Amino acid sequence: MNLIYDPWPWYISGPLIALVMFLLLMVGKSFGMSSNLRTLCTICGAGNTSDFFKFDWKAQKWNLVVVFGAIIGGFIGAHFLSNDLAVAIHPDTIETLNTLGFESAGTSYLPTELFDVAVFSNLKGLLILAVGGLLVGFGARYAGGCTSGHAISGLSNLQWPSLIAVLGFFIGGLTMIHLIFPLIF
Amino acid sequence: MRTLIYLFIGILFGITMFKSEAASWFRIYEMFRFESFHMYGIIGSTVVLGVLIVQSIKRFKIRSFYGEPIVFTPKAKSVSRYLFGGIIFGLGWALAGACPGPMFTLVGAGFAPILVVIVASVFGTFLYGLVKDKLPH
Repeated sequence: MNLIYDPWPWYISGPLIALVMFLLLMVGKSFGMSSNLRTLCTICGAGNTSDFFKFDWKAQKWNLVVVFGAIIGGFIGAHFLSNDLAVAIHPDTIETLNTLGFESAGTSYLPTELFDVAVFSNLKGLLILAVGGLLVGFGARYAGGCTSGHAISGLSNLQWPSLIAVLGFFIGGLTMIHLIFPLIF
Repeated sequence: MRTLIYLFIGILFGITMFKSEAASWFRIYEMFRFESFHMYGIIGSTVVLGVLIVQSIKRFKIRSFYGEPIVFTPKAKSVSRYLFGGIIFGLGWALAGACPGPMFTLVGAGFAPILVVIVASVFGTFLYGLVKDKLPH
């Protein structure tokens, strides 16, 4: 058991995420990642097409810095703080994934079937990533937040709307995995 | 100086997302199959502590590091936008196996294909901006 190099258990990770939220509140900001996607739209000039993107994106620069930090954090986590990247998911989960054609289950951090560079020449894989991203971006803005803005910031502030959103996250996620996955994999 | 603080917070967040495996597609799949407590433990412990933090800030009128009052904006009341938006988000979260924080963490971890997810999610946000007035909110 190595405290740093092994995957971090939930009782370490959860409090650290709460610390991230606390620190952001203490510097007068709030924890919400998906608003950066809107900021990126505005930077790309989307304000010319829709008023939804007409806002002073410079006021959101701090959040882009947080995102940049999250990229650096991913680099540090993967390259300096980990020995073995395999994610030890439940044996039943591995078995189900194997029958769906995910041979990499239990041996890697992400399924190589979708996240190896070979996917760039695999139309089905690319479509899955693109449709997944599209739904995440559209849904997060429609719901007014994602996992960080609703499930963490919103629930922490005891907001009913966030509970409805989180309920929606689960209805969507369960539908995808139990009803749609058997059709596409 | 403030920029450095935001950067530090982001790095802490990114490391935590990666090391907790919350950025792993496999963990999201496993969560929606209810085959592990891991993700529920992460979200649950974050929210329990989060509630304590937010309620303490409100009750004791704790001020920010810069001495300013900390304000919480309540979410606008509605059901449809949160439910429908949430369902669409959930479908994508389970398919791509990444939400808007971890997807950036995975760029740093070196998984180039996640860029497809990021570009598509920016485009999805753009699409929402185009059609938002026609959707129930």
